Amino acid sequence: MRFVPGVLMHELSIVSSVLDQLDELKKQHGGARFSKVGLRVGELSGVDVDCLRFGFECVVKDTDWETLALEIEQVSRRQRCPQCNAEFKAENWATACPLCGEAATITIAGEELQIAFVEVEE
Amino acid sequence: MSQITVEKKVLNENQKLAAELREKFREHKILVVNIISSPGSGKTTLLERTLERWDKSKRVVLLTGDLQTENDADRLAKAGFPVKQIITGGTCHLDAKMIEKHLADWPLDSFDVLIIENVGNLVCPSSYDLGEHLKIVILSVTEGEDKPLKYPSIFVKSELMILSKVDLLPYVPFSAELAKSNARTVHPGIEIIETSSKGDGLDQWIKWLEDKLAAVKSGELVSA
Repeated sequence: MRFVPGVLMHELSIVSSVLDQLDELKKQHGGARFSKVGLRVGELSGVDVDCLRFGFECVVKDTDWETLALEIEQVSRRQRCPQCNAEFKAENWATACPLCGEAATITIAGEELQIAFVEVEE
Repeated sequence: MSQITVEKKVLNENQKLAAELREKFREHKILVVNIISSPGSGKTTLLERTLERWDKSKRVVLLTGDLQTENDADRLAKAGFPVKQIITGGTCHLDAKMIEKHLADWPLDSFDVLIIENVGNLVCPSSYDLGEHLKIVILSVTEGEDKPLKYPSIFVKSELMILSKVDLLPYVPFSAELAKSNARTVHPGIEIIETSSKGDGLDQWIKWLEDKLAAVKSGELVSA
C-alpha cells in the first residue's frame, strides 16, 4: 500500500489500487514498460476526476511510475426505459424516460471505475 | 507503441472481498445495512435511539467507523448490543477488508442484523461495496435541501433516505418537501422516513429494518 501523508481522500486509495494492478500486469507482460494508463470514470462512481489527477501525480512522483501518463475518460449517466426501450443521457439527474414518461428507468452507464487500457513502450 | 486492453475494475480487490462477505451473509441469512451521511447529520444518535427502543431479544450487532476515537462505540454499547469501533486512522471510508477483519471474532450464526455506520462523508463511502444488502443515506434538516443534487451518487445508490432532526424544522430555514423532491429527482424510487431524536419516525424505521430482515430470512431480499 502506497501512502502519501496529507492526501487522505479516497482518490488516493484508488490510485494505489490502479498501480497495484499495473504492477501485476507488468509482471504478466514480462516487465514491459507502460507509458500511459487509461481509466474510465463514471459520474456515479463517487470519484472526483481532479482529485484523482492530483492524487495520481502525488503517488507516482519519485517512483518507477513517474513517467506514466494518465488518461481519463469520463462517462455520463445513461438510462434505459424498461417500457419503451429508449436509451438516453440523464441530464441534470432527471431519470424519467423523455419519450414515454416512465419514472423507473434503469442505469446502464455512469457507474464505471475501470482501468480501460495501458500503452506499452516499444 | 501498442495498447493492451485491460477492462478491469479499479477496486477489484475490494469487490472480490465484498462478494465473499456477501456470500457469507447470504448463507447465514444476515441483513446488512450500510449507513452513510455527512458528519454531524445524526447517524450515531439515530442508532442510539434505535437500539434503546429495539427489542433486546433481536440479534443485532454494529460496526461503527471513524477516523479516530472509540467515542461512538462507547455511546452505542450502552444499549447492550455488541458494538465494535473501526478506527480508519485517516481513511475517509470503510472498505470490505476492514469489515472482514472486525467481524472475525463474531460467529456469523450469532446475529441476524449487521448495521454498519460508515465514516461521516457523503462522497467516498459510496464507491466501496461492503457486501451489504442496502445503503441508507441520512440527510439532516440542518444541512441544505440541495444535498441530493450536489452529491447524487450516494442518493442514487441508497434504498432509503432518513430525513433526521425533523423536530428542528420550525427553527431552521429548511423545506422538507424540497429536500424530498430533490432526493426523488436523482432517485425516483427512494424510500423516505422522517426521524428525530425525540422519537419521531423511530418505530417506522425499526419496522422498516424488521421487514427487510424478514425478507432476508424468507429469501425474498437477496443482495446482488
